[in-house]
Amino acid sequence: MATKSLKARNNDIANTSRQMEILSSGIFADGELPTFAVKIKETNQFPLRPKKLEILQINLGYMCNQVCEHCHVDAGPDRKEIMTIDTMNQCLEVIKNTGAHTLDLTGGAPEMNPNFRWFVEEASKAGIKDFIVRSNLTIIRANKKYYDLPEFFKKHNVHVVSSMPHWTRGKTDKQRGNGVFDKSIKALQELNDVGYGVKGSALKLDLVYNPSGAFLPGDQMALENDFKKALKADFNIDFHSLFAITNLPISRFLDYLIASENYEDYMYSLVDAYNPSAVENVMCTNTLSVSWDGYLYDCDFNQMLNLKVASKVKHIADYNEEILQNRNIIINQHCYGCTAGAGSSCQGVVA
Amino acid sequence: MSKSYYDAADLRKFGKITEWSEDLGNKFFEYYGKVFEEGALTAREKSLIALAVAHTEQCPYCIDAYTKDGLQRGITKEEMMEAIHVGAAIKSGATLVHGVQMMNKVNKLEM
Repeated sequence: MATKSLKARNNDIANTSRQMEILSSGIFADGELPTFAVKIKETNQFPLRPKKLEILQINLGYMCNQVCEHCHVDAGPDRKEIMTIDTMNQCLEVIKNTGAHTLDLTGGAPEMNPNFRWFVEEASKAGIKDFIVRSNLTIIRANKKYYDLPEFFKKHNVHVVSSMPHWTRGKTDKQRGNGVFDKSIKALQELNDVGYGVKGSALKLDLVYNPSGAFLPGDQMALENDFKKALKADFNIDFHSLFAITNLPISRFLDYLIASENYEDYMYSLVDAYNPSAVENVMCTNTLSVSWDGYLYDCDFNQMLNLKVASKVKHIADYNEEILQNRNIIINQHCYGCTAGAGSSCQGVVA
Repeated sequence: MSKSYYDAADLRKFGKITEWSEDLGNKFFEYYGKVFEEGALTAREKSLIALAVAHTEQCPYCIDAYTKDGLQRGITKEEMMEAIHVGAAIKSGATLVHGVQMMNKVNKLEM
C-alpha cells in the first residue's frame, strides 16, 4: 500500500500532459477503438454543451489523511494544495449570485482545510440550502478536533456523501489502507447516532461505491441492496442511497491500470459499455468544478488533468455565468468512464 | 493462424459468431441474455452458478468473464472459491458414484 502521492514519488503519471498523451495514443490513435469525440458524434451529441447550472463543486484542497490506490486526485497527507481564505471569499461572491442551488465540497478531505467550517457557515449565510460534503469517513475519527463533525454537519443540514468500496474489511482496506474499514464503520455509526441516514430522516447520508480494481461497477440497485443488508446485519448501520461510480482512467488509477497491464482491457470494457443515453446527463452538463486555486473546470476529472474550461472566463475571480454557460465541454477518452453502462457521476447513475 | 489454441482477446470477438450464421447466432445471444436476467434466481446467484460451471467445463473465456462479472457484483473471492468447490464436488462425486457401477459389475462377474 502506497503512503505517498504519485507527485511526491515523482511518478511520471503525476504529470498531466503525460496522462493526456497516454489517453490519446495507442489503441485510440491507431483506430482500434473510437475516440470519445467520434463516439458521441454518432448520436449527434458533439460538441458536448452545458445545460442549466445546478451544482458548484468546490475542491478545498488535495490534502487527505488517506492515500487510496485508485484516487483520481492523487490526494494524500503530502499534498499541500489548499484553498486559501481569499479564494474562498471569491467563491462566496459567486455563491451570492449564481443560479446553482447546490454547493458540493470535495477534496482531498475537504474537512482538513483549516477554514472548512468558516466557509460552510458563510456559504450558508449567503443562501446555500443544499450542501454536499464528500467525506472519506475516517477523517471523523482521525483526530479529536474532527470528532464533532457529525454535529457540525447536522447543524448545517449538510448532505454527507461517503466513500465505501465494500461491506467487508478485506476489500475496503486493500483499496483505502489498513484500518480504514473499522474507522469508517465507527464514523457511520456516529452519523447514524445524530440522525444521519436513518429511514425518513432529512439528514441525508449516501454512500459511494467504486470498484476496487480493473472492472466496472455492477447494477447500482443490486449493490445498494447488498450493502444495506450486510451493513445492517453486521453493524446496525443505516444509509439512504448508494451511488455506484466508475473509476476513470486518470492519475493513480491510470498508473495502476498500466502497471497491472489492465489498461487496454479496461478501455475496451468502457467503450463496450458505452451508453449514448448516459451522455445526456453526465455531470459536466450541470456542474462547474472549482479548483483549490480558483480555476474553473468542466468537472473534477478535467481539473485533475489540468483541462481548464474552454471559455474566456477561466477563474472564479472573473466569474460570469452567462459567458461560462456558452462553452463547449472539453472531452477526451477518460469521458468514457462517465458513459459506461447506466452512466456514472458524483451523483451515481445518470441513465 | 494463432500459435495458441486460446487467445484472451478472442473473448471480445464472441459476438462475431453471428456473422456466419446470423439467425442462429442472434437467437443464441437473445436466449443467453434472457437466462442471466433477474428471475426466480437473482442475477448474483446465476453469476456464481456460471462461475462454477465455467470451471467444470474448463472454459478459460467463461472463467475470465464470470470472475470479472462476480467482482462487478461485489461477490467476494471467498464466495467465488466456494462456488468452484461446489462444481468440483459434483465433478468428483460424479466420478465416484460410478464406482457403484464398477462394484455392481465386479459383484456380477466374480464367483
